Amino acid sequence: MSTVRLLVGTRKGAFILESDGKRRDWKVEGPHFGGWEIYHVKASAADPNRLYASQTSSWFGQIVQRSDDGGRTWAPVDNRFVYDGVPGTHLWYDGTPHPWEFARVWHFEPSRDDPDVVYAGVEDAALFRSTDGGQNWEEVAGLRTHRSAESWQPGAGGMCLHTIILDPADPARIFVAISAAGAFRSDDSGATWKPINRGLKSNSIPQQEAEVGHCVHRLAMHRSRPNVLFMQKHWDVMRTDDAGETWREVSGNLPTDFGFPIDVHAHEPDTIFVVPIKSDSEHYPIDGQLRVYRSRTGGEEWEPLTNGLPQRNCYVNVLRDAMAVDALDACGVYFGTTGGQVYASADSGETWTGIVHDLPPVLSVEVQTLP
Amino acid sequence: MIRVVLPAHLRALARVDGEVELALNGAATQCALLDALEARYPMLRGTMRDQVTQKRRAYVRFFACERDLSHERPDAPLPTAVATGVEPFLVVGAMAGG
Repeated sequence: MSTVRLLVGTRKGAFILESDGKRRDWKVEGPHFGGWEIYHVKASAADPNRLYASQTSSWFGQIVQRSDDGGRTWAPVDNRFVYDGVPGTHLWYDGTPHPWEFARVWHFEPSRDDPDVVYAGVEDAALFRSTDGGQNWEEVAGLRTHRSAESWQPGAGGMCLHTIILDPADPARIFVAISAAGAFRSDDSGATWKPINRGLKSNSIPQQEAEVGHCVHRLAMHRSRPNVLFMQKHWDVMRTDDAGETWREVSGNLPTDFGFPIDVHAHEPDTIFVVPIKSDSEHYPIDGQLRVYRSRTGGEEWEPLTNGLPQRNCYVNVLRDAMAVDALDACGVYFGTTGGQVYASADSGETWTGIVHDLPPVLSVEVQTLP
Repeated sequence: MIRVVLPAHLRALARVDGEVELALNGAATQCALLDALEARYPMLRGTMRDQVTQKRRAYVRFFACERDLSHERPDAPLPTAVATGVEPFLVVGAMAGG
């Protein structure tokens, strides 16, 4: 029977949760790197035992940890993220130029084919790549040297490159998203980049339909349909059918279209999940009711999923990297909360169970489906 | 030998218990001490000072002989008691946050 392994990053360490394919009983192991912020843990699809973890601290900076045995043991690899050339400036919160400064890795995206190739999305926003399993990091500098970069500005959480999607059909195509610059696409393995924000409308920036400056929270793609992307923007759920050339809003009947994560069902490319949050100044669900919303029509029409989720006095948030789906026939959906709960559904969101309730605030959730 | 006491998180990262003892070649300065420490434990690179600018990280402090040496020049001589191993050099994570 298959094994499902959840890789959970929290404010105070990493946890590995494991179950068989029934996904009823879970073994919780951790914390790894106790006391450190673990922004993200992700496994290589090419070698499921190869994991990368972003371990970070306001005191001691960035550490990159690597496991070659599925998370049983770890060893630090290189943590030197140096911007290419003279880094220049972007805009600070007050609108003044601010030098590019590395703060932390938000997201790792291992190559689908080579366990030693991995991308890192960092704050201040840039893309790095390692081709030797994290022993060395080199900036994919074409992104940060895009002509618009000096006008990029951080969101409240910092100017982070938080989403990296490697196109499964085209090895030269990469999508990234940056808060609060927007979405970008490269069609030449990262050498050059194009902002892909046409159709986004943000009323918190001076020019609401600007080429860049949008606070994109998350992108998601189904591997069978790489030209279709879904986006949870600061406000608005968006969809593109042409690899980002144009976007249209698909928030439809959502009770609020503010939120952070968005993900796509493993086997149904038009089934998507979001967690609506009341507003950008109240980072909690409406009326204290934690609800995942699912669309089976690629957006516009949404239904609340509540069975097993707290429906009163719940004021947690679900962060952008804290939702994932497994690859089992009955697709599992997982998310973690800022209250330290991890919820699992083994039936595409129909019913939910809390796997663990009292972890530190959850920053990220990834899932591995192992044979 | 110079004695160095690391904070708990860096001891865990470097997988050491208790004090670290270092022999320095040449002048006993803060910079030479940190160079030697990072050479012995490469996983500590970037945790106490920036890897490019070599500036001390904001929430890291260096204490010895009941003095705060954090703002000393990196090439200033360490106190004799530290250089001779009588007193340890303390790397401290500042009290901040929750």
